[in-house]
Amino acid sequence: MNHAPHKDYGGAKLGMWLFLFTELLLFSGLFLLYATYLSRYPREFTAAGRDMHVGFGTLNTVILITSSLLAAMAVTAIQRNERRNVLLLLGGTILCAVTFLCNKYLEWSAEIGNGIYPGSPRLANGPPGESVFYSLYYITVGLHGLHVLVGATLLAVVAVRVKRGTVHAGDFVLLENGALYWHLVDLIWIFIFPLYYLIL
Amino acid sequence: MATVQPTPTSFWNDTGKTGITSWIFSTDHKRIGLLYFYSTFGFFLVGVLLGLLLRIELMAPGRTIMGPATYNATFTVHGVVMIFLFIIPGMPGAFGNLVMPIQIGARDVAFPRLNLFSWWLYAIGAVIVLTSLFTGGGPPDTGWTFYVPFSARTGTNVSLAVLGVFVIGFSSILTGINFVTTIHRLRAEGMTWGRLPLFVWSIYATAWVQVLATPILGITLVLIMAERILGAGLFDPGRGGDPVMYQHLFWIYSHPAVYIMILPAMGVISDVIPVFARKPIFGYKMIAFSSLAIAAAGSLVWGHHMYTSGMSDTAILVFSFLTFVVAIPSAIKVFNWVSTLYKGSISLEAPMLFALSFILLFSIGGLTGLILGAAATDIHVHDTHFVVGHFHYVMFGGAGFAFFSAMHYWLPKFYGRKYAEKPAVIAWAFMFTGFNILYFSMMVLGLKGMPRRYYDYLPEFAPLNLVSTIGSWILAVGLIIMLVNLFRGLFWGEPVGSNPWGGATLEWSIPTPPPTENFDQEPVVTHGPYDFTKAGVP
Ligand code: HEM
Ligand SMILES: [Cu+2]
Repeated sequence: MNHAPHKDYGGAKLGMWLFLFTELLLFSGLFLLYATYLSRYPREFTAAGRDMHVGFGTLNTVILITSSLLAAMAVTAIQRNERRNVLLLLGGTILCAVTFLCNKYLEWSAEIGNGIYPGSPRLANGPPGESVFYSLYYITVGLHGLHVLVGATLLAVVAVRVKRGTVHAGDFVLLENGALYWHLVDLIWIFIFPLYYLIL
Repeated sequence: MATVQPTPTSFWNDTGKTGITSWIFSTDHKRIGLLYFYSTFGFFLVGVLLGLLLRIELMAPGRTIMGPATYNATFTVHGVVMIFLFIIPGMPGAFGNLVMPIQIGARDVAFPRLNLFSWWLYAIGAVIVLTSLFTGGGPPDTGWTFYVPFSARTGTNVSLAVLGVFVIGFSSILTGINFVTTIHRLRAEGMTWGRLPLFVWSIYATAWVQVLATPILGITLVLIMAERILGAGLFDPGRGGDPVMYQHLFWIYSHPAVYIMILPAMGVISDVIPVFARKPIFGYKMIAFSSLAIAAAGSLVWGHHMYTSGMSDTAILVFSFLTFVVAIPSAIKVFNWVSTLYKGSISLEAPMLFALSFILLFSIGGLTGLILGAAATDIHVHDTHFVVGHFHYVMFGGAGFAFFSAMHYWLPKFYGRKYAEKPAVIAWAFMFTGFNILYFSMMVLGLKGMPRRYYDYLPEFAPLNLVSTIGSWILAVGLIIMLVNLFRGLFWGEPVGSNPWGGATLEWSIPTPPPTENFDQEPVVTHGPYDFTKAGVP
């Protein structure tokens, strides 16, 4: 059959949206656990939630939202064929990701220093709801951190492609999908942040 | 049956590449389909061997060939292999890949490289599962359900097995995404939603279940690893966790997963029955719609596995009610198939025999499912051999027999050669007979109170257990005849033409075996999938 190699943008986007949906569902299992255990241990959850470092959380939220903005601007920039700007904006996004992870590292070190981590003796001797809260917190945030890492790597790959010119104004679906993924990472954090740092 | 020589320009050789790497790195949906077929079917045979060993152990009371620990490991590995390595990836991976793109008039799936990646993930996951059997604390012994607290504590190699299943789940998700996108974007001109073959409809519904349910399996497996490796205690009552929450998460995936197994099977049956009854399918719209209805309603019934685990009475009532609701779309399909047969000119060839036995066996499996779905009766038979009999009727008598039907119906298309009819029918007769002896006795044993997952039992259960084991041997004989006949036929049998069965779906309008690009020109579809006056033309 004779055919020009064609790219199906609609298809690529549809596929990406489906994938993002599966990622949300992955986290939804953890949110489900959060909901049930919160209703079972409201007092312990509140006490533990008050002990979280809201400063770290807020800072990281600001960082992620900024990074999402940069990613979105990169998509606009590539449509205008401003390659240098695209690279700068992607670099900024990745820098935000790294800062986010560094922050996380500091926050976790402080908590682990206080003897708070899954399976720690301190939690084992505390009230049961507290241990559940922190285990869920570590798993949810850890899984999210993994997604930050994957997202940043993905954007780095896209950046290399932009530099090489294989992703350009005429064909930028990869950048668009990379940015979509990044927004998802952001979105999940937007759920995590209030649940663990704010509402309790 | 025409005796056209297979064209030398088929996907087997028309690219000039025939070495092993041209297969395991191929992005052609047909080659990937065959990769899936051989790998999943290979695991099926492994699972069968383990199943036969289980039956030999249960042949007589007391220890026959293995002790309790080995028995636990054997049924666990049997279950894991059959579910995660054979039946879930098998149907979409093998026949979804082989047939679906051709049936919608496409050259390939939407993301061919992702498709190959899916198979690789499957293969890697399978290797991880296999590694878990021979390393660490030895094969997992938790049952395929990996229930906590046992799975969090046992010294066997659960973490690695769970990791393997996780990777396979990821593969399943990617296949689902690929197929949904393919069916939305790549239908040929004239291939309207109302003209989609019912197999495509069922693959479409399946793909949605794969996309929507499998992530929950993913997180559940991650949590098991967290329990074991981090000591998270999320399901440990001693530290505030709740093991019942594990069961919820597990079944939120695993009940929909039974639709990943059975929906494509129903699609096969919907395609085979009209061809061999020489009649358009009865109730096309209702069959297509019921696939979607099953996929949707099926995601709300997981609680029927947990009536005895501790749930509120209200929850039990609701789950029970919803379980009965899902039975309706399944029954709709059965009635439509039977109506299609009515006054048809039925030819009882091998694919049709397997399809007809599907209807019977699946109906038995489905109706016994209602006994388990009704809380009052479930309390009595929960965790007995009744359950074991029930799900083998659905997964083996249903999905498995449909898989065999598909093998006889479609594989000749891709090999250009065909098995001999008579041995195929003999094989079917053995399998059908053996199957019913094997599993019907199990259901009776369950009603009498024999629990599942024990290597030993009370002497009063001995006679029926012996009968059941003899049934498994009859089944095995049938299976061997089928395998020898089928594969001998595919490689050395009589050549077949492009449309040996007189089907009207698109795959029968292209050469046998199909060329890599499937169609010379993009087909323009002019008729429905079961309009046999136009058989063989797009
Ligand atoms: C010759 C074929 C087969 C034989 C003889 C066989 C036999 C058995 C037996 C005796 C058990 C129950 C063990 C017990 O609870 O004490 C069992 C469990 C099971 N079988 Fe099969 N089986 C066969 C084929 C299949 C197929 C085709 C599937 C699925 C597609 C399957 C899926 C399962 C599953 C999921 C379990 C439950 C394992 C567990 O309890 O964790 N089996 N099988
Ligand atoms: Cu179920």
